[in-house]
Amino acid sequence: MTNQIKYDVQDGIALITLDDPGRPMNVVSPEWLAEMNDAIDRIAADDAVKGAIITSGKPAFMAGADLKGILERMEHDISVDEALAFSQLATGMHRKLETCGKPFVAAINGLALGGGYELCLACHYQIVADDPKIKLGLPEVTVGLLAGSGGTQRLPRLIGIDKAVPIIVEGKTVGPAEALKLGMVNEVVPADQLIAAARKAIDNGIDPVRPWDKKGYRVKEGQGLLNPIQGFSYSVLAGKIAAKTWHNYPAPIVNLDAIFEGMIMPFDKALAVESKLFAKLMTSPEARNIIRTSFVNKGLADKLIRRPEGFAKVKYGKIGVLGAGLMGSGIAHVAAKVGIQVVLLDSKIEFAEKGKNYSEKIVKKAVERGTMTQDKADALLALITPTVDYSDLDGCDIVIEAVFEDIEIKADVTRKAEAVLPATAIYASNTSTLPISDLARASVRPDRFIGLHFFSPVERMPLIEVISGKQTSQETLAQALDLVGQLRMTPVLVNDSRGFYTSRVFQTFIHEGMKMLEEGVDPAIIENAGKLAGMPIGPLELTDALTIELPWKIVKQSIAAEGDRYVLPCAYNVMKVMVEDQKRIGRRGDGGFYDYPAEGGKHIWPGLKDLFPVAAEQPDAGELVKRYLHIQALETARCLEEGVLTHAADGDLGALLGWGFPAFTGGTLSYIDTVGAARFVAECDELAAKYGPRFKPSPWLVDRAQRGVTFHGPNAG
Amino acid sequence: MAQAFIYDHVRTPRGRGRPDGSLHEVSSVQLAAQTLKALRARNGLDTALVDDVILGCAQPVGEQGGNIARAAVLEAGYAQTVAGQQVHRFCASALEAMNNAAMQVMTGAADAAIGGGVESMSRTLMGSDTGAWAADPWVAYHNYYAPQGIGADLIATRKGFTRGDVDAYALESQQRAAKAWDEGRFARSVIPVVDVLGKVLLDHDEYRRPDTTAESLASLKPAFTTFGKDYGFDAVAMQRYPAVLEVNHVHTAGNSSGIVDGAAVVLVGGEAFGKAAGLKPRAKIRAFTSIGSEQTIMLDGPVACVNKLLKRAGMTMADIDLVEINEAFASVVMNFMAEMNLDHGKVNVNGGAIALGHPLGATGAMITGILLDELERRDLSTGLITLCAGNGLATATIIERV
Repeated sequence: MTNQIKYDVQDGIALITLDDPGRPMNVVSPEWLAEMNDAIDRIAADDAVKGAIITSGKPAFMAGADLKGILERMEHDISVDEALAFSQLATGMHRKLETCGKPFVAAINGLALGGGYELCLACHYQIVADDPKIKLGLPEVTVGLLAGSGGTQRLPRLIGIDKAVPIIVEGKTVGPAEALKLGMVNEVVPADQLIAAARKAIDNGIDPVRPWDKKGYRVKEGQGLLNPIQGFSYSVLAGKIAAKTWHNYPAPIVNLDAIFEGMIMPFDKALAVESKLFAKLMTSPEARNIIRTSFVNKGLADKLIRRPEGFAKVKYGKIGVLGAGLMGSGIAHVAAKVGIQVVLLDSKIEFAEKGKNYSEKIVKKAVERGTMTQDKADALLALITPTVDYSDLDGCDIVIEAVFEDIEIKADVTRKAEAVLPATAIYASNTSTLPISDLARASVRPDRFIGLHFFSPVERMPLIEVISGKQTSQETLAQALDLVGQLRMTPVLVNDSRGFYTSRVFQTFIHEGMKMLEEGVDPAIIENAGKLAGMPIGPLELTDALTIELPWKIVKQSIAAEGDRYVLPCAYNVMKVMVEDQKRIGRRGDGGFYDYPAEGGKHIWPGLKDLFPVAAEQPDAGELVKRYLHIQALETARCLEEGVLTHAADGDLGALLGWGFPAFTGGTLSYIDTVGAARFVAECDELAAKYGPRFKPSPWLVDRAQRGVTFHGPNAG
Repeated sequence: MAQAFIYDHVRTPRGRGRPDGSLHEVSSVQLAAQTLKALRARNGLDTALVDDVILGCAQPVGEQGGNIARAAVLEAGYAQTVAGQQVHRFCASALEAMNNAAMQVMTGAADAAIGGGVESMSRTLMGSDTGAWAADPWVAYHNYYAPQGIGADLIATRKGFTRGDVDAYALESQQRAAKAWDEGRFARSVIPVVDVLGKVLLDHDEYRRPDTTAESLASLKPAFTTFGKDYGFDAVAMQRYPAVLEVNHVHTAGNSSGIVDGAAVVLVGGEAFGKAAGLKPRAKIRAFTSIGSEQTIMLDGPVACVNKLLKRAGMTMADIDLVEINEAFASVVMNFMAEMNLDHGKVNVNGGAIALGHPLGATGAMITGILLDELERRDLSTGLITLCAGNGLATATIIERV
């Protein structure tokens, strides 16, 4: 035997221990499949072996597919036939295990997801350790794939369609207790009795023939549409999926289709069909895009792949947060949550204390919900010290400034803080709009000055834009990234520019939506087109939530700073009319594009149609969708061209995590690759002719398109 | 092409489509057979002169499956040579069946044929036949399937019909139906349905609520909110109709068609058949057609279908004296009247399915008969029948008295 698994026989029972020496987690790989096939053959042929136990030598049982390996194949445009063969290989191993004639017990010592739980399902009996941290499930759908290797067939046959659908179609994972209740496992036992329980189960006798391999077996729910109750249920499930995906994500409906088709067929035919559906999803651009950005590139970013080499790694014990508003309070909370001491400073002690109160509320809720112990909550709160005294910042290795967005106020705070900080400390600003290089002018050590742009609410938004100013040193960047890593958040690297990356590109979306109002587009179509594009909510509702004042202030600041060089955004008039003339700044005011009555739901403000009359001719929503996605992608490309972004992957990640650009696209630059660069620039030219020069692709982008250069994959450049 | 004439028609009364409905104990085949028997009896019909019996049925499974028309032919004791077939065009099935009978006569495939339909909604529940369009998840998802009620509410939302508007329409339907019954306008064509002992089970449309008021209608709960909001179908509708930001759920059990049991048949034949059978034609079938329309909203097809039909027939709405458009939902009729610029005064003058009930696969023949009787009663000439149908379908027919 080679090295993916260990094979031992004791008292007539084979113990297969999954233990990939090259990875922290066991994954489904071609080598592993080959070794499993050998082991199964050996067990089947060895009369001295009456059964087998599969467990893991690692804390986790098995994580599932090797997504990096899968992505590698997707980036090289895996063909449908190759994908089919890939699926059949894995499915074949599981089927061989299941039909080899000897009982297999899955002794699940740690999390078993996707391929991991599919292996358990192929075993004749499942026992899981009684550890609530263990998760079982088939979350392939969340990365755009299918719960293959028989997952879509065995689970509904075992526990019924209704119970299997949340696991397969929504990717819900469950702990041992719920798994037992659902029938996903046969036993839950204390961790140290796992193997003994497995042996006992084999000694007591386990039928090595699955129900579906017995003569006369009929799937309980195998009538399909001959049963009106099933027909109604499938109908509603399809509606719910469409309502959730807006037809942008193929995986949920394909997973449901695998159940639907498979349940009316004999088992081997069902597996054959499942493999075809697997191949369909594996070759879909959506799966490739989701795996690329949401999984692989996010994982790399979390591991600080962009950290400059050669600088000492810093572990932060104490940090300062200047300004205890919404952002400062959130930053203090996430730092205390990972055990960092926080000095939370504001101009008045009641402000600072209010900032700590933000954390108090969060932990109180967590304790009530049972997700945090009182001890942990107390320990977290003890780490936050509210103060008004700058001298308390002494000993902080980094301070994060989160005061009002005013360059003078910020400069004042910088001077006061630097007066007491150690000379080596990093000074980070959480500004979302003011250029870092401008703010750094107030600093006596601009090389230690950097931007750390958190998103609101900080405890739920995992992204940090790490912004280097003109004089920010590589060491400062490296050590600021160390803090991001310690906070377990995801960094993207950005060079200084107005709006940096996320605010700048995000604004193009809301500007485009607001501009449509002025063109006479029906607000309902503006909003629904946003959802059709895959954005979480429409641009008008989104702007109302932020306040229309916010992007409007940015315009005014930009005019003040850049004068005639500043190109007014397309939504200039709409914002001006709403904020300056109508004083409708958004949800926080007395309403914006919508009214928000205390009773009943929000609705479009009736006065809007007088300001921006709805035209008789309305555009196709598809055209609006294209405008939304193209303008964001184009602005991201400009950021890369200008060096505001240094890596396409950062642009993609920032778009997904920063402002909810749809995951099926893989991010703004993956989107251009998916559309195809040549088609993308041609469409941008058409849009520029119709709607204005903001859609004009740059010569840089046109040149790349002509040369067939992509942002990702083998032709990336 | 030969001319197809309507010689006669009969229908059962409509029983409440529930276990406590008067017709629940009558199987679908018996319902159909009793109408066929009544048609034969009152015309002294030599059934050997009839070539085919075509019955519409919108849930052709179980006791309604296996070609219920042929089963009814034999059960009714018609001549063995009379063929039988069942057609499924959802709610327009019976009108399609009559059109099919006309086509056979016009092409010379038959001398006479009976078109009609049957539906026992109390025995074969709605949804029994499932079907790919709505229930195969892959197809339903890509079909942007939403249930009929969502389509009806979507029509109302897009047209700005309020709850008050659709309720007012429903109230009018009840009042017209009440008046029609009071004046005996249906008496000529409704046959009593009998039980196994030959005793009369029902001789009138029992679904009606003549005491309905605006207040009683207003007190009913919207019927499709759960489908729209909890099952996701509002979002599906908005994906197809992005100008709709929120679907206004105005339809209730009171302003939607009633669930009932019933059957109806129309005797269609050529000139020679009339002579052979000694019957006089009551009307000629002047033109008919069907159309497919956008399937998510599903129910606005009659507009395009009737426009197409009028154009093909070289007619305009001004040539039509009376209209029967199936009251699947109030918004369907209101939308049709608005789009066709029609006065309610000549539409569904005796009420419709909101008051009387809608036995899915039989309604097309029932409203054809009601229209013909009313043309005769008022001594008018030309009438139009149209129905919307599932998955974006509609059928329409023009008849003219002779």
